[in-house]
Amino acid sequence: MSTKEQRERIELLQGTLDLLILRTLLLGPVHGHAIAKAIEFRSDDVLQVEQGSLYPALHRLIKRGWISAEEGTSENNRRAKFYRLTPKGRKRLVLETSKWAKLSGAIARILRPTEEGES
Amino acid sequence: MRRGKRNLEDLDEEIRNHIETATQENIDRGMSPEEARHAAMRKFGNVMLAKEDTRAVWTLIWLEELVQDVSFGLRTLGKSPGFTAVAILTLAIGIGGNAAVFSVMNGVLLKPLNYPHAEELVSLHQIAPGAEGLASFENGLLLSPSMYFTYAEQNRTFQSVGVWDTGTANVTGLAEPEQVRTVEVSNGVLEALAVPPEVGRWLTQSDQIPHGHETVMLSHGYWQRRFGGDRAVIGRNIVIDSRPREIVGVMPQGFRFVDADFDVVAPFAFDRGALILAGFGYHGIARLKPGVTIPEADADMTRMLPIWMDSWTNGPKSNPHIYETWKITPMIRPLKQEVIGSVSELLRVVMGTIGVVLLIACANVTNLLLVRVESRQQELAVRAALGAGWGRIVRGLLVESVMLGLMGGALGAGLAYAGLHFLLSLGSANLPRLNEISLDARTLGFTLLLSVFSGLVFGLIPALKYAGPRTSLALRSAGRTISVSRERHRARNMLVIGQVAMAFVLLVSAGLMMRTFEALRTVEPGFTDARHLQLMRISIPDSLVAEPERVTRIQKQILDALSAIPGVQSAGFVSEMPMEGFDSGWDAIYAQDKAYPFDAIPPLRRFKYVSPGFYQTAGTRIIAGRELTWAEIYGLRPVVMVSENLARELWGTPAAAIGKRITEFPSMPWHEVIGVIEDVREVGVQEQAPEIVYWPPIMGNLFGPGPVQAVRTMTFAIRSERAGTEGFLNEVRTAVWSVNPNLPLASVRTMTDVYRKSVARTSFTLVMLGLAGSMALALGIIGIYGVISYTVSQRQREIGIRLALGAQSGDVVSMVLGQGAKLALLGVCIGVFSAFGLARLMTSLLFGVTAHDPLTFAAVAALLISVALVACYLPARRAMKVDPTVALRYE
Repeated sequence: MSTKEQRERIELLQGTLDLLILRTLLLGPVHGHAIAKAIEFRSDDVLQVEQGSLYPALHRLIKRGWISAEEGTSENNRRAKFYRLTPKGRKRLVLETSKWAKLSGAIARILRPTEEGES
Repeated sequence: MRRGKRNLEDLDEEIRNHIETATQENIDRGMSPEEARHAAMRKFGNVMLAKEDTRAVWTLIWLEELVQDVSFGLRTLGKSPGFTAVAILTLAIGIGGNAAVFSVMNGVLLKPLNYPHAEELVSLHQIAPGAEGLASFENGLLLSPSMYFTYAEQNRTFQSVGVWDTGTANVTGLAEPEQVRTVEVSNGVLEALAVPPEVGRWLTQSDQIPHGHETVMLSHGYWQRRFGGDRAVIGRNIVIDSRPREIVGVMPQGFRFVDADFDVVAPFAFDRGALILAGFGYHGIARLKPGVTIPEADADMTRMLPIWMDSWTNGPKSNPHIYETWKITPMIRPLKQEVIGSVSELLRVVMGTIGVVLLIACANVTNLLLVRVESRQQELAVRAALGAGWGRIVRGLLVESVMLGLMGGALGAGLAYAGLHFLLSLGSANLPRLNEISLDARTLGFTLLLSVFSGLVFGLIPALKYAGPRTSLALRSAGRTISVSRERHRARNMLVIGQVAMAFVLLVSAGLMMRTFEALRTVEPGFTDARHLQLMRISIPDSLVAEPERVTRIQKQILDALSAIPGVQSAGFVSEMPMEGFDSGWDAIYAQDKAYPFDAIPPLRRFKYVSPGFYQTAGTRIIAGRELTWAEIYGLRPVVMVSENLARELWGTPAAAIGKRITEFPSMPWHEVIGVIEDVREVGVQEQAPEIVYWPPIMGNLFGPGPVQAVRTMTFAIRSERAGTEGFLNEVRTAVWSVNPNLPLASVRTMTDVYRKSVARTSFTLVMLGLAGSMALALGIIGIYGVISYTVSQRQREIGIRLALGAQSGDVVSMVLGQGAKLALLGVCIGVFSAFGLARLMTSLLFGVTAHDPLTFAAVAALLISVALVACYLPARRAMKVDPTVALRYE
């Protein structure tokens, strides 16, 4: 990895990781490493998951009852933990997504050039 | 704990997998394995930190949930204030009682004594199983001064050793003449106790020189009271028993000699050269050398006994090794045991009793919780369906019950604080170390533990029973009043049966104590109408009145003055009243018409010294012969009286004793028995009456061979309807001081006070067990009432159907009563078996009744069953009034 590549990447905002994990799991049960890869891939490598914070986040979501973990075998035949969205988590995702949309829309409106905002 | 570890291993493995997968992908992209691994590691970041963060999430979530559970629990408890109040109150009574009794246990039994390295302190207890006749040797053979010198000079196991004794002395010249409590000590006692003086210095070897300069130490209390805490008191003189003594030091506040409070400490100043073997009247105390065990010290004392017999005699022509027949055996005891005495057993019984009360209280709360949880089944089922785990629900319920426990405990601590004062006022005559009892940190810790523990105990049963995985069933049946399954009642029925059984045990123990008290009241103690018997002790020191004859004349003048007081029927004096607790003298007694082997000591008898008129005053009957006269006393006539049991033992009948002659030792003239006196319960109502010899108050050879001496300290007894009243006591004082103004009156009380003190242990136990028994009864009845009325309300529909089908209301009542009676009967049966085993533990507290007294058992069983039936009758009547149409319309 070059230093140039690293500069284009953006650190995740606090608290958004949970939302991204839930969204990723919507597609089906995945194990830890695949979640990180999926987030990076789907953001065209713009979002960098600080992988050290991935596992605390996963455990937090389990404890809240939004995702569940089950034993499984990964693509390279290893024993791995697969994470799955619970019904409760699905509801949460809907809620958080709409919240995020409101938040990002609001921020975007504020950051827009002023003449457009006055019209 | 184990789960936490497994979680940690899982996390380790997961992270390892993650990094290895990333490494493999890097290799696939064409990196070298080394490089690939480094890149993967770099991308992951700090592994340790990730693990720690994850673990922190677990703890945080756990705490968060706990806070949720607590606030949820508080809200649910707040929603049913009636239930909460009853539960907390029940627990508070149970926990509070336990905390109060525990604080007494802690202060008396558990805390070390108030001396530095108190574990090294021992009391030189010894027994003499070979000595006949004196039952008081059960309490040990005290040391003689010569024994003390032998032990002090020859031992290998003591750091320091000494003897001490309590007494009284007259202090004059400060205010009114005052009798003070004294402790006399040999060298070594203060050194053993090792508590430094507050002011001045200890009594030392130089103060123990016989006929030397006389010195004294004061207690903190006496120093404050009489000298206002003036430090300049050191070096000043105080007149004790009409002799000036120099004050050399003050002992600090709270210092006691073993269990004795005192005002002044004086040295014995034994004259070593004049000592004989005998004189067993001194308490031995020692501090063991570090590392020395009690058996080692016992062996050391056993080794020294022959040395003692070789070093001293009882006078010419006596056999010093005669004491071998006594089989003197050292039985050194920790000083703490000496202080506590027999009260530890009593406290254990009380603690056990109050513990059972808490169990009953817990059973009641469990019952309440079971009913409550049943009505909350729907809520729990909904929570479970919404995804709350089984463990989480159990935890929620447990948090709720532990909170109940804690709140009950907090209130209980308050109750304990109040209850402790009550307890101490009850036990004040009987509990040692009273001033060391308080609600300290240890007691509060105990209360906290007890609260959490009982919360878990009564919370676990309903939690496990209802939070189980049967939620689908609960959802289906909730809201419909189908008849409740038998299985659900089982837990509650068992609890009620257990409660009744425990209440039975407690009531039986209370009942046994009541029977004991009853038995004590019917004992004839050897005196009558204690309420109208005024007592006081007067001591005439030889520094005030030297001549023995004058002492006796003054004592007679006091009697005359007392008899002249209006309302006085008679008056007399005696060396000590029964149960007063003063040590009386004792020695061997030889009868002239019996033969005694040279190398044996005949049985030992208790000695008392009486005035004419004493028996009439006390109400002690003269069985045969007559009492002595003043003429005989002044004439030093060799006459004596003996107790009935002694007369029977020596000569068969009381009448046969008259005219026989006895003596104490060869050089004493034979004394003629002129009277036989009723047996007196000298030591206590529970104890056998000892054999007693009643001597004149003045005689030659009074304390061993020697010139004429008088007994200088006497208890004066006055028979009057006015005994105990303030006006009467004033007249008594005036009468005594009209004879000699320097005579203080001590231990002024009525015989009732003395009697009460002697049965204090029994009455304390009775009150405690009575309280525990009534609490158990009340709680048990509430329990049985609760269960029966709940089942009645659950069975309303069934009862309605029965009534509609033509059942008579009487049938319904008997059905409900039958259910209650069945529970009570089962409980009583179990109770009988348990009580049979447990009551034996309190045998030593009983008197005149066996631990398996059938009358008590039967009465308690009848009481419990009938009270249980009454408790069931109320719900039964409600059941009878069920309107069939209303009950059926429920559906």
